Amino acid sequence: MIVENQRTLFFKKLAAHGFLLLFLTIIMFPFLVVISISFREGNFAVGSLWPDKPTLEHWYLAFGLDYTRGDGTVIEPPFPVLLWMWNSVKLASISAFGVLAISTISAYAFSRVRFRGRGALLDSLFIIQLFPNTLALIALYAVFDSLGDISPAIGIDSHWSLILVYLSGIMMHIWTIKGYFDSVDPALDKAAAIDGATAWQSFRYVFLPLSVPIMSVVFVLVFIGVINDYPLASILLRQEENLTLAVGSGLYLNEFKYMWGDFAAAAVLSGAPITVVFLIAQKYLVSGLSDGAVKG
Amino acid sequence: MIMASTKQLASLWLGKSLLLLIVVVLLYSAWIVYLVGQPLFGVLLLLVALAVGVVFGWRRFYTVRFVVPGMITMLLFVLFPIIYTIYLGFTNYGSFNLLQYERAQEVILASRIVDKASSRPFSVYAEGDQHRLYIGDGGQGFLSEPAVLDGSPVTLVAQSHVQPDVPALSKRDVIKIRKALAQVIIRLPDGTEMQSAGLRAFAVIQPEYTLQVDGSLIHQTTSKQYIADHETGFYTDEDNQRLAPGWRTHIGLDNFKRIFNSAGIRGPMWSIFLWTMAFAVGSVVFCFILGVSLAVVLQWPHLRYRSFYRVMLILPYAVPAFISILVFKGLFNQNFGEINLLLEAMFGIRPEWNTDGSLARGMLLIVNTWLGYPYMMLLAMGFLQAVPEDQKKAAYMEGAGVLRVFFTITLPQIMPPFLPLLLAAFAFNFNNIVLILLLTRGLPDIPGTLIPAGETDILGSFTYRIAFMDSGTQFGLAGAITLIIFLLVSVIAYANFVAMRRAQGTTV
Repeated sequence: MIVENQRTLFFKKLAAHGFLLLFLTIIMFPFLVVISISFREGNFAVGSLWPDKPTLEHWYLAFGLDYTRGDGTVIEPPFPVLLWMWNSVKLASISAFGVLAISTISAYAFSRVRFRGRGALLDSLFIIQLFPNTLALIALYAVFDSLGDISPAIGIDSHWSLILVYLSGIMMHIWTIKGYFDSVDPALDKAAAIDGATAWQSFRYVFLPLSVPIMSVVFVLVFIGVINDYPLASILLRQEENLTLAVGSGLYLNEFKYMWGDFAAAAVLSGAPITVVFLIAQKYLVSGLSDGAVKG
Repeated sequence: MIMASTKQLASLWLGKSLLLLIVVVLLYSAWIVYLVGQPLFGVLLLLVALAVGVVFGWRRFYTVRFVVPGMITMLLFVLFPIIYTIYLGFTNYGSFNLLQYERAQEVILASRIVDKASSRPFSVYAEGDQHRLYIGDGGQGFLSEPAVLDGSPVTLVAQSHVQPDVPALSKRDVIKIRKALAQVIIRLPDGTEMQSAGLRAFAVIQPEYTLQVDGSLIHQTTSKQYIADHETGFYTDEDNQRLAPGWRTHIGLDNFKRIFNSAGIRGPMWSIFLWTMAFAVGSVVFCFILGVSLAVVLQWPHLRYRSFYRVMLILPYAVPAFISILVFKGLFNQNFGEINLLLEAMFGIRPEWNTDGSLARGMLLIVNTWLGYPYMMLLAMGFLQAVPEDQKKAAYMEGAGVLRVFFTITLPQIMPPFLPLLLAAFAFNFNNIVLILLLTRGLPDIPGTLIPAGETDILGSFTYRIAFMDSGTQFGLAGAITLIIFLLVSVIAYANFVAMRRAQGTTV
């Protein structure tokens, strides 16, 4: 290290810490306010950051329980937050498993199996994936609207339709897994091939066991992606009990019925688990991110 | 293969019959999808069925089998919908032209009108569990045969008769059986058929329009002729009066002409386009500057608690975006949001974040920077590690300052790998409709536009609003705008592709 003057070094450190702490205060402000509001009385009440009269009302409602106020009035939960969470988790888990299955097989093919037009296919898929799915919303709505005439299970307001659409967002994940497969020593599959393994067998018995780490990364990425999706879910889901968290929570801040306090509790309740999952996974995610992923 | 064991043979046949089953199911669904009015999607499913059959049926396509499932989902739900949306841009598909021609014609022909002149009051008489209907008001009328009114359609023959001298059902009891009454047709001796026309009367009810041999429609009472106009997708009379509903039809470039010729659309479109560019560039630049600066500070070896700062700084990235955006929506509320309370207490100002266009745009950039800087910071921290320490040391020895070292040594080395990611971030923000829809919904609206367009709308959210929100589902127009977005995104995507290739070329 370069020898620096102890005094200037001290002031530099002080400045750095000061800057970071000030910045963190600004960044953390929304979180602190929301936590505070979730314990505050009423739905627009103005108060100090530390609530004067803390109440658990908003939390009872967020958990779907009736709350009895001091004067005996019973408040019913405005929205089924836990049901929305369950919908989100259900959609996200099924989609994540599906995407994992499809993209692992495709990634293996693009990394190891030789077939004609592989490079061209890979390039064109990369370019297609750069087009956001918001460009396809109208057609997806029209198609599923018609398919609903065949069976409501694949029509508007069905979770299965939404899962079908989520299953198509695989290109980014194919790239991530392909990158991982590319780094696997070719001697391994050569050995398998010499022992008479078919391409499918060397995928099933050599690559699949090796790819558990990258598969968990992709699983978390898809999971978070689905939980965060708003445009697709907002056009394909209609009834209140079918909504996901991302679509449902917007209903709290309606201009005509503004439920700021109830929203705060629901937001903390639903945001906290996802945040924790993300923070645990983020170490592993960074490498995948720099391969061209952008968070939604 | 020398001698296949019976077990192998069995699994081979099982595989073959499973494949056959899948292909048959796919072919069948292609046919059904074709029937419900999605011929394009049906043809696509047909192709998928053939592809699956060929690839899994012949051994020589063994290697391709691995990519087929992925390609099929991408084809059906990514590529096809984009192309189909753009195709809709050349049609008039929307809330006024929702149905196919045949369905629209059926709906119009199903419309009925009551012949007012024939309307006559009726009474109902109970006879055990059966009912008789009497048409007329006192004196000579028509009395029907008795029948069980259980809600199924019945035709009752009525004879000329004086009104029965027994009490009729009360109004309340008539209301109770009104659903069954609606299914009753009374045939008078002269052959006229009368139907329920409300709770008080029976009347002759006729189809409003009759279909002519040449496909045109004649109105029952006015005798006006309506001719199917496949240019506009409506039945129109000579004065250009239209019948609802219309049907889907190709209208060529009309949507595009509307966009480029009508000042009420072109004006807002242009301003929305400029704001989309400004928003995307601004978001990327702010996030990049903030992210890289923080990464450089965090990279400083003398700094303690670096891992603590790191975790705290990526928190905005870890919280689900839709929650953060809604939290900001509440905080920025100009009447009772916490930010304005704070600003008023400290500086005595209450900025109008919701009603002032420029402030609303500023708010979007602030929130998007908050959301996006951690991603840039994480990327920058990765790339900074690849910059050789001794180059920087040498520069410091030569007496270069911190900034000089950063701009001449660090930045030029992290830019090439950063470039494709910055372009991807630009493309992402170009279509970041989640932020716009959840935070401002495009509001405040630009005054004096033909279709609702907001000062904070980006092209994507503008399209979403045209198709799914306030201006009544105009899918065709939205599809046309989608084509414009598609072309713009293509340019970005191509640039991204080239930059990616270059980056791979330099690092590998």
